[in-house]
Amino acid sequence: MAKITLDGIGHAYGPARTDTDYALKPIHHVWEAGKAYALLGPSGCGKTTLLNIISGLVIPSAGRLLFDERDVTRLSTEKRNIAQVFQFPVIYDTMTVAENLAFPLKNRRMPRSLIEARVCEIAAMLDLTGDLNRRARGLTADAKQKISLGRGLVRSDVSAVLFDEPLTVIDPALKWELRSKLKAVHRALDLLMIYVTHDQTEALTFADKVVVMNDGRAVQIGTPADLFERPEHTFVGYFIGSPGMNFLSGRLTGRTMSTEGHALDLDHAYPSLPQDRAVKLGIRPDYATLTAANGLPVKVRRIDDLGRKRLAHVDLGSQPLVVTVPNGMSVEGSDARVSFDPRRTHIYVDEQRVEGIAA
Amino acid sequence: MTDTRIWDNRAWFFVVPVLVFVLFSSLVPMMTVLNYSVQDSMGQNNFFWNGTGWFQNLLDTSTEIGKRFQGALVRNLAFSFLVLAIEIPLGIAVSLCIPKRGWTVGAVLVIIALPLLIPYNVVGVIWQLFTRTDIGLFGAALTGLHIPFDPRQDASSAWVTIVLMDVWHWTSMVALLCYAGLKAIPDAYYQAARIDGAGRWAVFANIEFPKLRKVLVIAMLLRFMGSFMIYTEPFVVTGGGPGEATSFLSIDLVKTALGQVDLGNGAAMSLVYNLITLTVCWVFFTYTTHVDAREQA
Repeated sequence: MAKITLDGIGHAYGPARTDTDYALKPIHHVWEAGKAYALLGPSGCGKTTLLNIISGLVIPSAGRLLFDERDVTRLSTEKRNIAQVFQFPVIYDTMTVAENLAFPLKNRRMPRSLIEARVCEIAAMLDLTGDLNRRARGLTADAKQKISLGRGLVRSDVSAVLFDEPLTVIDPALKWELRSKLKAVHRALDLLMIYVTHDQTEALTFADKVVVMNDGRAVQIGTPADLFERPEHTFVGYFIGSPGMNFLSGRLTGRTMSTEGHALDLDHAYPSLPQDRAVKLGIRPDYATLTAANGLPVKVRRIDDLGRKRLAHVDLGSQPLVVTVPNGMSVEGSDARVSFDPRRTHIYVDEQRVEGIAA
Repeated sequence: MTDTRIWDNRAWFFVVPVLVFVLFSSLVPMMTVLNYSVQDSMGQNNFFWNGTGWFQNLLDTSTEIGKRFQGALVRNLAFSFLVLAIEIPLGIAVSLCIPKRGWTVGAVLVIIALPLLIPYNVVGVIWQLFTRTDIGLFGAALTGLHIPFDPRQDASSAWVTIVLMDVWHWTSMVALLCYAGLKAIPDAYYQAARIDGAGRWAVFANIEFPKLRKVLVIAMLLRFMGSFMIYTEPFVVTGGGPGEATSFLSIDLVKTALGQVDLGNGAAMSLVYNLITLTVCWVFFTYTTHVDAREQA
């Protein structure tokens, strides 16, 4: 049980001369004990590097790593007391399932009776009790990954359990089950868990807090609701939600944004910005709706019927938008109008959100 | 359901060229040996039927040829066993020491592979000279240290020499095979082992060795065959001596068939020798396929 502090941790795999050489740009963050975090981002954004730094498989080229108040930056993996589960199942072929689960404990010379009790407990959590005496070799990929998960969870004294996209090889149907199982295990064991994924559903359902990463940088850290309602960076708006946030380029003067020859009144004022500043307006498709009467005139390109809702792909001048089609509304021809929920619009300057003042 | 497939076996004609090739490449030459093994000749190309006589003599240890054959077989098995017992563990140990990345990989692999590139009889000459007690570095050094060593006179010295020679010549092959096996293990296994707190020995016993098993079966098969059929190197170094001490099956066979022109005994020996290697090959093959099948299950 510990909190983990990243004090300016950064890493470059080669020599670091400029900012772009860093696979992971220096980051400050505190992972609080007993919480479930998700590290979310596209492939190659530095998630796995960050995870490997925490577990000690990679030694960072900059910064300090603290477990509680102890500096462990250069401590070997074995001495860190951390558990990690990898993307592809790693099992010890020659051992039974029970021996696999017991392996991390046996290496740390725990008494046999304690090992047995702990193995039984973890096996029960992961539905492996029936397989305990089977050879691990002949099992299916998802059973093997359950063993890997079990080995990650079996040590009760770890500072944190790290998951590196652990459900990649699992069937979609089983994914849901395993994910909720992990969530239950998290509640039962009260461990700090960090879960790397590029799947937003996985991140949002598993974690108390999500760290969204892009291009080696943590662009936003927040609850799933924060990420959805107040994306601090255009990348978050675009990456979270399906489809992602709409962005309209325009110029802002006072509370009025002009775009494509139309004026749009905003709910908030942005006194920190100079007059006639080039900005982007962000609005989720969920809060932009096609209307019959007043709104901005758009051309409808196509309508996707998703069953539960309908989404219209439209063009405002030359800028594409995705908006919700209200239930029961029928769209005739290609001319329509859209309106934005003014409380849900955000203004971005240089890809960063600008906090407005309610007027 | 009735079988509606068209019954046409003409495709077998396409196999004929292969059959003809196999006939001339192996069956016809084999038939000569088979021919000699069941007949006796007094010269002038006059043959008469001897049935299984040669084979009975060969496998009967109370006859002179039977004793010789048994001696050569036992020596050969002992040699193969010794060579495997040294080369396999040593090869694994060497492969574990080869670096996994960086420019040193190429350099180390080339140096390790060098003995494999030397022709067999050159290896024999190298070790013949190397172990000479007058001018050979190894032999002269031992003699200088007053350690009794003379592969030309003393049977155990001769054995030490040819076993050392084979280890020098072939451990590289085992090491390279194992290295290939080790390289195929994903990094995640080593990382997981570190996370699990496994020591060096536990990593070897639980990850590396199990993953090397298939490669090791191949290495053992190749080295068994190589050492069981060895001829050139001991022939050059010891000529099968001193006395009979290092005359293995192939050396004894050449002595019998070509040296003494004892064609009947030579032919019977060839066939039994061949049968033994075939049997061992078959056992290895069924073992590996059996293990594969069990792993698939």
